[in-house]
Amino acid sequence: MTVHTPIYLDYSATTPTDPRVAEKMIPFLTEHFGNPASRSHPFGWTAEKAVENAREEVAKLVNADPREIVWTSGATESNNLAIKGAANFYSGKGKHIVTIQTEHKAVLDAVRELERVGFEATYLAPEPNGLVDIEKFRAALRPDTVLASVMLVNNEIGVVQDIEALGNICREQGIIFHVDAAQATGKVNIDLEKLPVDLMSFSAHKTYGPKGIGALYVRRKPRVRLEAQMHGGGHERGLRSGTLATHQIVGMGEAFRIAREEMDLENARIRRLRDRLLTGLQEIDEVYVNGDMKQRVPHNLNISFNFVEGESLIMAVKDIAVSSGSACTSASLEPSYVLRALGRSDELAHSSIRFSIGRFTTEEEIDYTINLMKSKIGKLRELSPLWEMHLEGVDLSKVEWAAH
Amino acid sequence: MAYSDKVLDHYENPRNVGTLDKNDPTVGTGMVGAPACGDVMKLQIKVNEAGVIEDAKFKTYGCGSAIASSSLVTEWIKGKTLDQVMEIKNSDIAEELALPPVKIHCSVLAEDAIRAAVADLKAKQGNTQEAA
Ligand SMILES: Cc1ncc(COP(=O)(O)O)c(C=O)c1O
Repeated sequence: MTVHTPIYLDYSATTPTDPRVAEKMIPFLTEHFGNPASRSHPFGWTAEKAVENAREEVAKLVNADPREIVWTSGATESNNLAIKGAANFYSGKGKHIVTIQTEHKAVLDAVRELERVGFEATYLAPEPNGLVDIEKFRAALRPDTVLASVMLVNNEIGVVQDIEALGNICREQGIIFHVDAAQATGKVNIDLEKLPVDLMSFSAHKTYGPKGIGALYVRRKPRVRLEAQMHGGGHERGLRSGTLATHQIVGMGEAFRIAREEMDLENARIRRLRDRLLTGLQEIDEVYVNGDMKQRVPHNLNISFNFVEGESLIMAVKDIAVSSGSACTSASLEPSYVLRALGRSDELAHSSIRFSIGRFTTEEEIDYTINLMKSKIGKLRELSPLWEMHLEGVDLSKVEWAAH
Repeated sequence: MAYSDKVLDHYENPRNVGTLDKNDPTVGTGMVGAPACGDVMKLQIKVNEAGVIEDAKFKTYGCGSAIASSSLVTEWIKGKTLDQVMEIKNSDIAEELALPPVKIHCSVLAEDAIRAAVADLKAKQGNTQEAA
């Protein structure tokens, strides 16, 4: 089997829409185009039925009641609605929020915005393996804490937080607990009947659904209240106004249905591929895995290649589509804040690559990737004065650099 | 990030990669940048009796533009005198490689590397002259 380049290994950035999903969506753009809020004719009824079916599928994947699912435009919106909506609704109780330094920007910036309007926030540092220490979390909570937000699966390093333990502490203290699960659906089992979680954010496009659609789980028992962030026609029981995007919703429902049915088999296959990739890459000197290897989804492998720079590395490996810990995605040249929060040196943060494996990744692609990495890392190290110094036994941390 | 053809060419076929003996009195070594900033350039020059740079080598830890800037500089400085290479400006490098604004610092670093290598060589030669 031949390999087509570039090889897509960036499934944590987004996934292709599964062809089965796309096929289900199309009729809702053309034939069944009705507005699900139109109560007076069959166009509306057909659309409404499709929306409610999809709501059931989303609820089923996470063992929730369909009435607890609110459609949004994605996990960014879900995080904003959950965090601002809950903090504002419960602000009479207190104005302190706890979150983690390695959260997605959609959580961190929503909390920052609340700080701007008078809330206080604690951004807890994770342990060097990326996991939150339960006792440190407990210690960060205050009598005036109203909300805590911790992600289930980290988008950069794939570590899985112990949401159950964290949620139980919040329960004991009457604190609303929000979980960003954008990277978790179809990768880890989520049982909201058992988990002490009040609000959970989902996105379709990380789980083989279309972009631009997501959902927020809002617990009914005990009931969690939110202040709406989008005002208008009162859709979604007033929590999120705006005409529902039927085709997107149908896509998310189908994507989550497939995830529920196939995740066990798929994850076993992906784990084998990940192990193969890791074994291959570990034949290279001076490589470091970022994030805990046990409490981690098999889809993610984040590795630092010491003594090579991240952006040149990305350039060298243009046959594979991956993400770099050096944020050349934005205009800034900052190393990843997630890796920094783990205490990784700037050099190691700069030289990291996130490989994320998914539904359509093949063994041939993994083997090609291993060979490519071996040859390119070798070439870049030939070019690297740091590698040369390392081979000469120079301790780079003791060198006085001419900073500029 | 879209790179110019010239950056890609230098990045894929870097010129004059390597190391000269830093203890050789006719070799000047300049090391600039810091790993924490994402780029470190090492530039070495070797001069003959006439004061002309007869060899230049580099190693660079950094992005494609940093690698290209240092590779280009080794080509430019060979065959020139120390005074001539001190006239190379970062803007010449940036222009030649069509660097985008966020990559201008790479050309600045390459200019700094030339100056550091020349300064190192002059310091060495000053010492030997005093000793003589
Ligand atoms: C953990 C996490 N939260 C939130 C988001 C944002 O999701 P969306 O693109 O659906 O707004 C992402 C994806 O980038 C993510 O990885």
